[in-house]
Amino acid sequence: MKEFDPGEAPSSIVSITDRVKQLPLGVAVGSVHFLGDRAFFVGAEESVAIATADGEITRTETHFGAILCAASDGKRLVTGGDDGKLIAIDAKGETFTIATDAKRRWIDNVALHGDGTVAWSAGKTAFVRNPKGEEKTFEVPSTVGGLAFAPKGLRLAIAHYNGVTLWFPNMAANPEFLEWAGSHLAVSFSPDNKFLVTAMHEAAMHGWRLADNRHMRMSGYPGRVRSMSWSVGGKGLATSGADTVIVWPFTSKDGPMGKEPAMLAPMPARVAVVACHPKNDIMAVGYADGTVLMVRLEDGAEILVRRNAGPTVSALGWNAKGTLLAFGTEDGDAGIVEM
Amino acid sequence: MAEASQKIPVTVLTGYLGAGKTTLLNRILSENHGKKYAVIVNEFGEIGIDNDLIIGADEEVFEMNNGCVCCTVRGDLVRILDGLMKRKGKFDAIIVETTGLADPAPVAQTFFVDEDVQKNARLDAVVTVADAKWLSDRLKDAPEAKNQIAFADVIVLNKTDLVSKPELAEVEARIRGINPYAKLHRTERCQVGLTDVLERGAFDLDRILEIEPDFLEAGDEHDHDHDHHHHDHHHHHDHNHGGLKHYHDEDMQSLSLRSEKPLDPTKFMPWLQNLVATEGQKILRSKGILAFTGDDDRYVFQGVHMMLEGDHQRRWKDGEKRESRVVFIGRELPEQAIRDGFEQCITT
Repeated sequence: MKEFDPGEAPSSIVSITDRVKQLPLGVAVGSVHFLGDRAFFVGAEESVAIATADGEITRTETHFGAILCAASDGKRLVTGGDDGKLIAIDAKGETFTIATDAKRRWIDNVALHGDGTVAWSAGKTAFVRNPKGEEKTFEVPSTVGGLAFAPKGLRLAIAHYNGVTLWFPNMAANPEFLEWAGSHLAVSFSPDNKFLVTAMHEAAMHGWRLADNRHMRMSGYPGRVRSMSWSVGGKGLATSGADTVIVWPFTSKDGPMGKEPAMLAPMPARVAVVACHPKNDIMAVGYADGTVLMVRLEDGAEILVRRNAGPTVSALGWNAKGTLLAFGTEDGDAGIVEM
Repeated sequence: MAEASQKIPVTVLTGYLGAGKTTLLNRILSENHGKKYAVIVNEFGEIGIDNDLIIGADEEVFEMNNGCVCCTVRGDLVRILDGLMKRKGKFDAIIVETTGLADPAPVAQTFFVDEDVQKNARLDAVVTVADAKWLSDRLKDAPEAKNQIAFADVIVLNKTDLVSKPELAEVEARIRGINPYAKLHRTERCQVGLTDVLERGAFDLDRILEIEPDFLEAGDEHDHDHDHHHHDHHHHHDHNHGGLKHYHDEDMQSLSLRSEKPLDPTKFMPWLQNLVATEGQKILRSKGILAFTGDDDRYVFQGVHMMLEGDHQRRWKDGEKRESRVVFIGRELPEQAIRDGFEQCITT
């Protein structure tokens, strides 16, 4: 990303819209993940569309129904559906069924661990299966809102109503419970393993410093936070939910406690999705009016990737090297751009 | 209102244990109406129809973190509706079946509170199935059953073949003592026209055209006004008007206010907001059509407990009587205080 150059004139935004390879997918996009240099667009239902940077599209049928969740470790993509199936897709586009829920319950959440362990949830039950195929389950008091593996050790955060349970599937010890009133949905560990944050059902984030379980309240959003992304090295947490990107600072040992967040890239539309670049202090931002921007975290300088054309941008993703950016929208439009 | 019609209508199907909810649901799903319904049920396996859009729910009632104890929502519903919206276009409407002991309020409040739910779906009506044989007993011993009747937009009074005519009149009078505004249908085996329970638009502000009590067709030739509630009646004291019994339920009532003189919006709005903030736990439903001083548009509002929504609806028509009507259904309503407060809002 040496080319990030917003130019001299602040009045006219630099645009790379003409370099975007258009991908008319025709299916609402739930999320996008790179396996190698191909973008895997997870549809809202039934299939995954695989696109190259040249715009070549192939499709893989994965679920009979809605695809409710997806996670990728860069080597494979795992999706859960309302057909009760958990499906893995490898970089070649081949699919494997990991699990089928016995009661055909919805698979609401999925998370992947670096060692190949996969976690998923159906209703109040969280499942963990290691690469040897050994499966363990854990029941929380209310429906699982989100799952995340800690960056170190085999430790699973299970978000639910009134808090987060931290479960060590390989240890007999009792799980730890982090309490905070309200319904907790998406959950994420900071890359340095020091903080845990959740996006709540109400328009707020909550966080804990794991060393002492001190609370961090991150509120003031006009809308629910549906997307969050750690900037490179975990220096900041970029979040959706407002008409600017809200970036909470995590550089000090206190995290964002007592600090104001940065508010970048204001637009007349709500930020819908954010994705930080894997190597540089840059993020991609998708808005409810269809705009896609690249924004430099340091000073908020912007480059236009896609104009405000129609429905909400619902997916953004970078490849591991940070040379390709893919986006998808709620009406099935998508694109890929090479940096 | 094009936007509202694009939202998926959601019917809430409630009713005490054994009243016939599943029978009605099976009818809706099996009848040849050319529509496809997604159904959110609390018990799998009771539905006899194969449908990949039947979803099991856990009835998780959550308190909102806003310090208001009656602001409860169905967290599972938020999640399920979110998932269902991924399959938009695969179904025409959604039916939410509650358990027999459920309070309909959290379901309704989910549609007032959650932004994402509001964007995609709209509450159509609360339909309550009641058992003609047992409802009178349940109204005495099961507060849930009373809640469900009080909350209803449509009441399907089922199993009427199992009761005598006087028994039927008795149970209808008891229902009317609690909720005179719901549409009431008498059925055997839930044989009700589906258009009578679905697509009602009961929560559509634009369709609050009139709020008049729904009088029973049979044995109800005379015209009577429900406004003159005599609250000095003794408990279960009943009186006959042309053969129709009237009951005043001890703890659940409806209260109707009316003014032919315009209301002062600078007084009425703060009064209403304060009323639902302080008495919202007691008020199950509220509705109103309002004529404000110096305003040529009708204002309409509706509410569930402490939550209110309202808007200007349309211009008053030439020759139309500019009359304000407000209705509250609730438990132990402080009637005199509400009446006095309302009077204060009338422009003099």
